[in-house]
Amino acid sequence: MDIIIVGCGKVGQEITSRLSGDGNNITVIDIDESKAHEAAEKYDVMAIIGNGATHSVQQDAGIRSAHLLIAVTGSDELNLLCCLIARKAGNCHTIARVRNPDYSLEAPYLKEELGLAMVINPEAAAAAEIARLLRFPSAIKIDTFAKGRIELMKFRLPENSVLVGCKVKELGTKLHCDVLVCTIEREDEVYIANGEFQFEEKDVISIIATPRNANTFFKKINYKTNQARNAIIAGGGGISYYLCEILLKSGIDVKIIEKKLERCEHLNQHFPKADIVYGDASDQELLLQEGIEDAASFVALTNMDEENILLSLFAESKMTGKIITKINRIEFDSVIRKLELDSIINPKSLTAENIVRYVRAMKNTIGSNVETLYGIIKDKVEAAEFIVREPSKLVGKPLMELKFKSNLLIASITRDGKAIIPRGHDTIQIGDSVVVVSTHLGLSDITDILA
Amino acid sequence: MNFSMIIYLLGWILNFEALFLIIPTITAIIYSESEVIPFLITIGICLLFGLLITFLKKPRKKTIYAREGFVIVALSWIVLSIFGALPFFFSGCIPSFIDAVFETVSGFTTTGATILSDVESLPKSILLWRSFTHWIGGMGVLVFIMAFLPLSGAQNMNLMKAESPGPSVSKLVPRVKTTALLLYAMYFGLTVLQFLLLIFGGTPVFDSINIAFATAGTGGFGIKNDSIAGYSDYVQIVTTVFMILFGINFNIYFLIIMRKFRDIFRNTELKAYLTVIAVAVLIITLNIGASFPSLGEALKHITFTIASIITTTGFMTVDFDLWPELSRTIIVLLIFIGACAGSTGGGIKISRFIILFKSMAKEIRLLIHPNHIRKLEIDGHKIEHNVIRSTNVYMVCYLMIFVISVLIISFDNHNLVTNFTAVATTINNVGPGLDLVGPTQNFGFFSDTSKLVLIFNMLAGRLELFPVLLLFSPVTWKK
Repeated sequence: MDIIIVGCGKVGQEITSRLSGDGNNITVIDIDESKAHEAAEKYDVMAIIGNGATHSVQQDAGIRSAHLLIAVTGSDELNLLCCLIARKAGNCHTIARVRNPDYSLEAPYLKEELGLAMVINPEAAAAAEIARLLRFPSAIKIDTFAKGRIELMKFRLPENSVLVGCKVKELGTKLHCDVLVCTIEREDEVYIANGEFQFEEKDVISIIATPRNANTFFKKINYKTNQARNAIIAGGGGISYYLCEILLKSGIDVKIIEKKLERCEHLNQHFPKADIVYGDASDQELLLQEGIEDAASFVALTNMDEENILLSLFAESKMTGKIITKINRIEFDSVIRKLELDSIINPKSLTAENIVRYVRAMKNTIGSNVETLYGIIKDKVEAAEFIVREPSKLVGKPLMELKFKSNLLIASITRDGKAIIPRGHDTIQIGDSVVVVSTHLGLSDITDILA
Repeated sequence: MNFSMIIYLLGWILNFEALFLIIPTITAIIYSESEVIPFLITIGICLLFGLLITFLKKPRKKTIYAREGFVIVALSWIVLSIFGALPFFFSGCIPSFIDAVFETVSGFTTTGATILSDVESLPKSILLWRSFTHWIGGMGVLVFIMAFLPLSGAQNMNLMKAESPGPSVSKLVPRVKTTALLLYAMYFGLTVLQFLLLIFGGTPVFDSINIAFATAGTGGFGIKNDSIAGYSDYVQIVTTVFMILFGINFNIYFLIIMRKFRDIFRNTELKAYLTVIAVAVLIITLNIGASFPSLGEALKHITFTIASIITTTGFMTVDFDLWPELSRTIIVLLIFIGACAGSTGGGIKISRFIILFKSMAKEIRLLIHPNHIRKLEIDGHKIEHNVIRSTNVYMVCYLMIFVISVLIISFDNHNLVTNFTAVATTINNVGPGLDLVGPTQNFGFFSDTSKLVLIFNMLAGRLELFPVLLLFSPVTWKK
């Protein structure tokens, strides 16, 4: 695949290093001569010096035959401009890193109207990862769809679970909670759930649900998720903002310690349910006062790596719960690992990882209408996300009146930014984004799901 | 220093050399010559070492840096030449081993200087091997290996940089492997085109193959004692055109494939190259044009000679050593200029001269206006400081090697013109010089010491000095 990467900073280099190994033809663009050279020296790529948001430079880089342009410079506006020009100049997918929430909150608009394939916000990505660590520390694999509104969770059914012996269609009446069972892995076989399917011990099942419903579901079936009850967050920056939002949604109590009064007020306004503490998180007295000793988890998210490390080391000496440390600079990775901090989050490498995952999935979808593709079970089950753009036999009819292929499931429909888990009487409308889970690998259009 | 990787790649060089040797072996079989045996023995020796190295011990660490890159390239060419000399030696065509190595180095480095006085008496398979070494050496052995051997990634760039001619090396496409493949594809395509055109003109197949190989690599070994002089006008004109074509930067051909014609017309180096050829032809025609029977005849021979010298091929149709002093001087100057960077030709290269002239103009300006800021550009691209610096260092090294080489071979006590042009023609990979090493002469009369010096000059010139110099620098070998 021909890929153009604009910006050779940390994220740019990380993406380059991962993708150049996959046999892609990569061209990097950077306005800084030395950075462009560094990339060309280190990786098997072509480097172009210049402003990636100009048409002439993009043409030099071969935008016309490129499949994908990834804009990861330090500036949001530049990244967006790069993508816009690339859309006009060539026929390629575009990915932009956008940090400012003003823009990233408009991701759906950017994607639909300006044709961006992916808008990634490093802080939101970091927050999502931290939330995952806090919510499901053990044994659960989680993927998100529809920009995190819907989650796909995979776990092994424990022995003597209430679900054993129960049929899929009985779930709704028995548990009164809105989840959709997706796949069941039993020994080496994989099944797409239909109503008659009966759970057995040790099945690995995957469910689709909103985060809150997922929690109630796990509670009702008595599955121990080890979810943290509460979280103390040091620092009230961007990541804290996104993290707070997710944690509150999944029923975790949040306490944020922030040393700027203005920011505290801002946070309080947005999250009345969270405890916002005005003070310096590096004040040990304050931490003890706010009950760090009894807290189930502690997240160090201040702007300084050193402070985060020290805070986490202190927390480790006082509490037994989960501790997460954010570290921006990865250069001293190996040294930091020796400190045996519980979990370390690096927003930049997370961003790179997300982009790489997207690119790898995209490679499989060239020439089809699939937006994103996730392998749920390797080489057996895929979840494909389609956007319905034109009228077809599918549109407007209740799902129960349509005849689908076997082993196929409509997992979610997202309309106007709201995700629903579809039932028989729901319909698919133009503009919806639909996630289909099936064992038919390589679906290339939404109409392929009809029998 | 990653020694195991260096040895490993040298092993592959030998395997590939065995592969290359199959072609003259087949020739020997076709013409049922007794040289099959020496070729088979050489293949056996190459494979013995090559396979032992490559299959017994694979290096654990595969990373190579610029330092290893230079060493690998320099050693590869030495190993290639020593083993490539074996068929000449075993077959008894060249009884002295140093002479055999001289002939092989001259082949691989596309120099075309020979120690043989009568090539027509050689078996066809040996002649083909001589020409074929030109073809391999023209684009580079490691570039060839890179195109076909699965080596990983960016480190290969260090090999390519060390082997490709020119002040700075750029890739055609993002990946080194694809770039190497493309280069060889274009090289192969042009060679085949010339071969077909020669066949079309009624030239015998064997002659056509040899002429095409020697022209493509800008080498200059002929299979006739009078080089190209005995062939028809058609052959001479086709050869002239292709010599000029192979002296052009291969990036230009890539631009043609990509249909970026505007970039071609704006290319400074190409324009300078063609201008130099035109001006040289003009001056020499004014100087000696009257001595030819017709103007057409004059232009044909003069253009052929100029093309042959500036592209560092070294074919000849007339003995330019007999020309008046003005014309001979121009020939000597052209020997130094050389072809375009990124072509198969040698010499100092047009683009280096452009860089040198531009930076010289800038420095002179700075003497008068010390505070002026002025960046240097070629084709709208900034010439980076380190390129200017390495070009300057290149020139200094070039002069040093040149002076020392002339000094050493002077001990043989031949005349100054001979010594000077012998060194000039070998370090620039041209082939013929003037006087005792003139187009109709050969290098056989030099002492062994002088031959070793000239061998060094050919290798240094082909590999752009630095890899060979680094081989002798203690810093390279320090832990």
